[in-house]
Amino acid sequence: MNKNTISPRDAEWREELRKQHTARERGMIPRVEMPELPADYRVTTLTEEVNQGLSREMAVLEATRCLDCPDPQCVTGCPVGINIPGFIKNIQRGETGQALQVLRETSALPAVCGRVCPQEKQCESKCIYHKMKKEPVAIGYLERFAADNGEVPTEKIMASNGKRVAVVGSGPAGLSFAGAMIANGYDVTVFEALHEIGGVLKYGIPEFRLPNEVVDKEIEALRRQGVKFEKDTVIGKTLTQRDIDAMGFSGVFVASGAGLPRFMGIPGENLINVVSSNEYLTRINLMHAGTAGYATPVFRGKKVAIIGGGNTAMDSCRTARRMGAERTMVVYRRSEAEMPARVEEVKHAREEGVEFLTLHNPVEYLGDERGRVRAMRLQKMELGEADASGRRSPVAIPGAIEEIEVDMVIVSVGVSPNPLIPNNFEGLDVTSRGTIAANAETLQSSIAHLYAGGDIVRGGATVILAMGDGRRAAEAMHMAIQNK
Amino acid sequence: MFKIITKEHFSENVVKLEVEAPRIAKSRRPGHFVIVIDSAKGERIPLTIADADVERGTITLVVQAIGDSTRAICSMEPGEELHDVVGPLGRATQIRQGGTVVCCGGGVGVAPLLPIIKAMKAAGCRVISVLAARTKDLIILEDEVRANSDEVIIMTDDGSYGCKGLVTDGVESVICREQVDEVVTIGPAVMMKFVSLLTAKYNVPTIASLNTIMVDGTGMCGACRVTVGGKTRFVCIDGPEFDAHQVDFDEMIMRLRQ
Repeated sequence: MNKNTISPRDAEWREELRKQHTARERGMIPRVEMPELPADYRVTTLTEEVNQGLSREMAVLEATRCLDCPDPQCVTGCPVGINIPGFIKNIQRGETGQALQVLRETSALPAVCGRVCPQEKQCESKCIYHKMKKEPVAIGYLERFAADNGEVPTEKIMASNGKRVAVVGSGPAGLSFAGAMIANGYDVTVFEALHEIGGVLKYGIPEFRLPNEVVDKEIEALRRQGVKFEKDTVIGKTLTQRDIDAMGFSGVFVASGAGLPRFMGIPGENLINVVSSNEYLTRINLMHAGTAGYATPVFRGKKVAIIGGGNTAMDSCRTARRMGAERTMVVYRRSEAEMPARVEEVKHAREEGVEFLTLHNPVEYLGDERGRVRAMRLQKMELGEADASGRRSPVAIPGAIEEIEVDMVIVSVGVSPNPLIPNNFEGLDVTSRGTIAANAETLQSSIAHLYAGGDIVRGGATVILAMGDGRRAAEAMHMAIQNK
Repeated sequence: MFKIITKEHFSENVVKLEVEAPRIAKSRRPGHFVIVIDSAKGERIPLTIADADVERGTITLVVQAIGDSTRAICSMEPGEELHDVVGPLGRATQIRQGGTVVCCGGGVGVAPLLPIIKAMKAAGCRVISVLAARTKDLIILEDEVRANSDEVIIMTDDGSYGCKGLVTDGVESVICREQVDEVVTIGPAVMMKFVSLLTAKYNVPTIASLNTIMVDGTGMCGACRVTVGGKTRFVCIDGPEFDAHQVDFDEMIMRLRQ
C-alpha cells in the first residue's frame, strides 16, 4: 500500500526518530485526551465544536507514542489505506504540512475524516498497543491536528486534458471524486440538488461535530483548482439523462447518497412532531431553523425521544438538547454493546444529559386531540441468540410495555437509497435494495460511462468509505477514458 | 438566475409570476412542482408549476400569500430574483389518451391543474373543467382553462359568479349526466377529500394532487408523508398525485395544521 508515499519508513529522518526513544519509553506516555467544551456549556450552543483539537505540544507527544511499526496494522484498518505512521511521524518532527500532504495522498477530506471517522473501529482498533494492554495511538485526533494546522501548498492547477466529467451529488464521495479528477486534468462539474454544497456533511452532521467552515474550506480548495459547482440541479429532473448525454461528458459519477428516511410502520408514526432525523437535522443544520433571522421553523420538543442507536441518532439527541429539550431519551432495541454509534458520540451524549433506554422498542405513539404526539408505548426487550449480523437479536418480553410521555419523536432507524437517479436513468441496473449495481472494483455501472459510489451503492455507510469510492471510481474512469 | 420577468395580480393575495428558469422550463411536465427559496435566509417551500415557455426560458408560478415566505414572494417585483428554484420535482401526471375527464380545481389549485387540462385536451380527451372559489374575484385562469376545455363550469360559494354551490355540486352534475372516465382534483385538502368521497360513491377513478409540508422536496426529509392505501408514501417522490380514493385525507389535513 502507498509505495509511492512521500514519507517512506526507510527515510533517514524516520530512522532517526525511531532511535530517539525506546518502545518502553513511548509506551509509558499516556494517550492524549481531547480538550472539550464543558458539557453544561455546550448544550447551550448549536455551532461551537465540542472537540477543541490538540495543541501542538499534545500532538507531538501523542505522535511520539507511535512505535512506527515495521508492519503497521493501523493502515490495514483504514478503508482507504492512509499511510498512518508516515503522517504521524511528520507531526512528531514538526512537519505538520508534510503530514497533511501524506494524508492528502489518499484522503480528499482529512479535516472531515479526522472528526467523523469511527477510528476506534478502524485504524485505532488495529494499533499494536492493544496487544500490550495499552490504549491505541489517537490517530483520529492526530489526523485532525494535521488537517487543521498543516500549511497546504497552493494546489497545482493541472493543464486541461480537454475532457469533461460530471458528478452527481456534492457529499464526501462526490467531492473526493472531483478532487481526484481535477488533479488528472479533467474539466469537472459537480451537480447538487440542494442549495448548498456539501451533501450530508452540511445537512446531516451538526456543526458541533463538524463545523461548516471546515467543509467550506475543502470546497473552496476544489473551486480554486477549477471544479465547477452547480447547485439547485436535480439530475434526472432538472437535467434529464438525455440532457446529460447531450452535454458531452466523457464520464458521469453518481454519488447521490442514501437520502430516504425509513420509518417503522407502527401506529401513530404520522402524528404531528414525529419526524425523521433527516427532517430534524436538515431543518436545523441546512436551513438554520432556530437561528435568529432564518425563516424555517422547527418544533422545540421538551420531552424528546430519539429512536435508533446510530450516529444520526446521537446527532439528533445532542441537537435536541441544544434546542432546549429537558428530557432527551435514546430508545434502542438492543443493548448498548450493540449500538452502532461511535463510542465518543455516546459518551458525549451521556455527558450532555441524554438518557439511554436500551432494550426498548417503540410499538405505538399516542396523540392528543390535535394530532400531536403525547406519549410513546415501549416494548421491553431482552437479548436472544446472535442473528445473521452477529449481533444478539432482541426479543420482546411478553406483556412488558411501558408508556412514556413525549412531545416529540425523532425516528432515526436508517435510510434507503434515493430513487431519483435509478428511476430516471434508462439502462441502469439497480439491486433489490434499490441501490445502483456497480462493479466492486471499478464502481462502473451497467451504463458504461456511468460510475457510482458512496451510499447510493452501499446503502448507508461512512464518510471515509464514500470518499474511498470517489477515489477508486476516479482512477477507474480515468483509465477507461485514457484507453478509449 | 431565477429572475422574475412578469408579475400579474389575480387578486389581492394571489399573484402570477413568470420566472426565468430555462432548464426547468424545458424539462417540466404537467404535475411537476418546484421548491422555491425567496431569499438567503428563506425556507424551502413547494410551489406548483402553472405553465412554462421553453423559448423564453421561463416557468409560471401562481402564489397565494398565506405565510411569511409566500407573502415575501408575492411582494417581489419584476427584475428581482428568487434566491433558489429547484425542480421540476415529483412524478409527472399520467395523461389519459381519450375519454371524458373532469378536472376540478379550487382556489389556486387551478394553477397546477391548467397544464393537466392542456395535456389532456391535447391527448384527445373530452375535458370538462370545474373551477371553484369562495367568490367571483378568486376564480383564476378562467380564459386559459376555457381555451383548453370542452366545457367549463364555475362554482362560487356565494353565487357571485357561475353557479352557487360547492365544487362537488358541479362535479356531481356532470357525473349524473354523462359517462366520466376520470376525475382530477387539485385544491385545498378539504375540497379534495369531498370530491374523493363523491367520486368514490359513483365509482369514478380519481386523481388528487397533494400539497403537503415539505423541506427538501427530493425524498430526504419525509415531512410530506401521507397514508395511501394503508401505506406511508412521500408526496415529493411518490406523488404529488395519488389515487384519491386511497388517500387518508383526514390524516393529511391534521398534519397540515402543524
